[in-house]
Amino acid sequence: MSNITEMDALTLGREIASGNIKVREATESYLSSVKSKDEQYNCYVTVDEEGAMKAADEVQARIDKGGLKGSPLAGVPVAIKDNMCTEGLLTTCSSKILYNFVPTYESTAVAKLRDAGAVILGKTNMDEFAMGSTTETSYFGPTRNPANPEHVPGGSSGGSAAAVAAGECVYALGSDTGGSIRQPASYCGVVGIKPTYGTVSRYGLIAYGSSLDQIGPLTRNVSDAAAVLTAISGHDERDSTSVNKPVVDYTKSLVKDVKDIKIGIPRDYFGEGLDPEVAAAVRGAADVLKNAGASVEEFDLSLVNYAIPAYYTIAAAEASSNLERFDGIKYGYRTEEYAGLHNMYKKSRSEGFGAEVKRRIMLGSFVLSSGYYDAYYLKALKVKALIKKAFDDAFSKYDIILGPVAPTTAPKLGESLSDPIKMYLGDIYTISVNLAGLPGISVPCGTDSDGLPIGVQLLADCFNEEKLFRTAYTYESEK
Amino acid sequence: MSDYETVIGLEVHVELATKTKIFCGCSTEFGGDPNTHTCPVCTGMPGSLPVLNRQVLEYAIAVGLATNCDITRYCKFDRKNYFYPDNPQNYQISQLYLPICRNGHVDIRTESGVEKAVRIHEIHMEEDAGKLIHDDWLDASLVDYNRSGVPLIEIVSEPDMRSAEEVIAYLEKLRMTISYLGASDCKLQEGSMRADVNLSVRKVGETEFGTRTEMKNLNSFKAIARAIAGETERQIDLIESGEKVVQETRRWDDDKECSYAMRSKEDAQDYRYFPDPDLVPISVSEELLDEIRSREPEFREAKIVRYAEEFGLPEKDILLITENKHLADVFEETVACGAPAKKVSNWLMVETMRLLKENNLDPEDIRFSPKNLASLIKLTEDRTVNSTVAKEVFEEMFKSDCDPAKYVEEHGLATQNDEGALRETIQKVIADNPQSVDDYHNGKEKAIGFLVGQTMKAMQGKCDPGSVNKILKELL
Repeated sequence: MSNITEMDALTLGREIASGNIKVREATESYLSSVKSKDEQYNCYVTVDEEGAMKAADEVQARIDKGGLKGSPLAGVPVAIKDNMCTEGLLTTCSSKILYNFVPTYESTAVAKLRDAGAVILGKTNMDEFAMGSTTETSYFGPTRNPANPEHVPGGSSGGSAAAVAAGECVYALGSDTGGSIRQPASYCGVVGIKPTYGTVSRYGLIAYGSSLDQIGPLTRNVSDAAAVLTAISGHDERDSTSVNKPVVDYTKSLVKDVKDIKIGIPRDYFGEGLDPEVAAAVRGAADVLKNAGASVEEFDLSLVNYAIPAYYTIAAAEASSNLERFDGIKYGYRTEEYAGLHNMYKKSRSEGFGAEVKRRIMLGSFVLSSGYYDAYYLKALKVKALIKKAFDDAFSKYDIILGPVAPTTAPKLGESLSDPIKMYLGDIYTISVNLAGLPGISVPCGTDSDGLPIGVQLLADCFNEEKLFRTAYTYESEK
Repeated sequence: MSDYETVIGLEVHVELATKTKIFCGCSTEFGGDPNTHTCPVCTGMPGSLPVLNRQVLEYAIAVGLATNCDITRYCKFDRKNYFYPDNPQNYQISQLYLPICRNGHVDIRTESGVEKAVRIHEIHMEEDAGKLIHDDWLDASLVDYNRSGVPLIEIVSEPDMRSAEEVIAYLEKLRMTISYLGASDCKLQEGSMRADVNLSVRKVGETEFGTRTEMKNLNSFKAIARAIAGETERQIDLIESGEKVVQETRRWDDDKECSYAMRSKEDAQDYRYFPDPDLVPISVSEELLDEIRSREPEFREAKIVRYAEEFGLPEKDILLITENKHLADVFEETVACGAPAKKVSNWLMVETMRLLKENNLDPEDIRFSPKNLASLIKLTEDRTVNSTVAKEVFEEMFKSDCDPAKYVEEHGLATQNDEGALRETIQKVIADNPQSVDDYHNGKEKAIGFLVGQTMKAMQGKCDPGSVNKILKELL
């Protein structure tokens, strides 16, 4: 069956459930797609051919015995970002310091997917420890954008987004701390959702910024995103920050109806720095929703310019502490020669971490230092609270906030890393969403004149994913 | 020297008696092969997350309430960042900004009768670290994470103590309060209670504090007393010779009776404390406080007063029995079974203490039930067994909590109440020991003791020595 690698997850899942396609067949199709394409795109750090085939047979056996009836994703091959622990399978965070780390435990999100009958193809490339917006900071080399391999796929979940776009998996899991799902989804022309903080358990997700990190799906369309999020969300008693709410079936929100939806467009998002082609495509998306019956108006969100410094202060502070455990003692990379404990720490970490990770560890250590804590870290927390309040005010008037995902389309490889500040500024539309804990989705809304994909970002208030899916689905259907 | 006063504040770490660790489900049991009580959480594996053990919070609150603290109704955990291999995450989860308890005090009374309140600055919850083992044979350091994540509370006092005697009274008070709550067994020797002494000296009448040092590695009350005396002298000597006390952490060597500087304030690390984003803030409800208050036991002071009033026991008995809550519980329950208080107290103070000591056990290890102790006392009261037999029965009860009445019956240990048989035996003893009889008649009162002993022996101990004495005298 030649078109397996073009099917979306729900379609392939239906074909597998009805017996038209065997899980082994689906898995083999994707493994051969990976084989033929990954040399060019470098989406994967690890391809687990053996594990995938074994899982395929096990899932098929469960289906044949009448199991997995309620699971639309049974037998569908998936790729996992390499910062989610997979039992017995190399998990590197695309860092030299974890080049040999094989977890003895499974992250909750991956365990939930396995329960739902997913077949895991392998682990996708990312910016080292999810720090970056281009997937160029990976120890295992950059991933390339399938829309144009001279361009980056975005990041940090660039391997996951590119793998979906290239047909090297049906869907993928990514993680989003400041836009790391939505921005690569936008650059690669796929759908990506960051759910409300606390929706998906972080247990087994190797932390970058713990108060901001969320796992979410990257998919070919909005329907798949709803199905995958349904499968991976839910309370986990091993994660204190996971919210104890009943599990929602988000696929019930896949309805074409936005007549009751009030959309606000922040004027502040369309100022200086936004590429006119991106602006036009995003406004075009707003028009589609208006024509479908939604009310659309512009408003002033305010505080937009404070989000970047607040974000880089908080995320770096948490990262500096989260990454302390990588010291060469218990697992991972240890320097070859050393004189005493402190020299071993210093050399292992100097050699094991890349430049961008070191930059953020230093920044984070600085803002937490005695004498600077109040001026930087505490102030950033206050800004975070104000940003949350600005969104609360906005959501008292609007159901959905619509805007761009990123100021431009995907830059060329090598253009971004030379100027980190410029790279950080590229996160302007995505990071305030993490600071406020909100759900946000990126849906493809066109291409620029070079054929590079553009995404529109829709935001909703916390735990209003249903409105988000309904609006996104309506847009996707009507565009 | 006498015109100086010593100013002391204490930081006391107490290991809580929870079954599982503070942030994971691993056992807190002492011992076990290295790294067998561990999981991804307490070994700091990437992606693992801490989840607070509710019992830790409840114990901390209970200690706070019992020491008159304000309970922080919205409290958080913070990360204390420092690199050391016994600390698998390279940060310790502790509390800096919003500790669970603040502004408390305990009332102490020293041996020499000084009464005062020692203020408590704060009590916070934190995790213990693992243990490093330096292996000379391998020329390597090994780490055991079985202790990593064992829950601790740290009780920080104000600098309110002025002598070793006050320090020991304060520690005794804490130990008694916390062990009565069941929150810890508080054993200094075993490390479940550890005290660091902050000490400075100043001229009597000064209002400013002198520069303080912090003394670590104090494993007994005696070591604490010696360390306080040693450090006071060292600081006074420095000042008297025109030198300055340096703010530093020192390690006490109790064998050599002196201390060494470990690190000075200048080397103090910046721990970069910040709220742990993996743990949600804790809201302590009024209901939870009420629930914990309602479980508060009667503390030792109240028991001492009550035992004197209600049971009329001598002070010595009261102090010994109330030294340990479990012992006090056994006492009260045995009395509740109908046994006379003084008799119960005697059994606990003499035989129980002897057997505990001989078997190297704690009062918590007492296995006999109060009901059985009460019934043994009953057997002695109605003279079914004599005191020698009673001790034998008690030893068995101590081991296996046997029913004393059954045991006496099964082993035929009851006193012979058949006076005819007893008289017969005594007559035989008199006939067999003419020398002793003569001695008795010649005024050697002691000789009768020998004849009683011979009779007891012939009766295999199953008779009442009082009756034997009486009949002997009559027959002689």
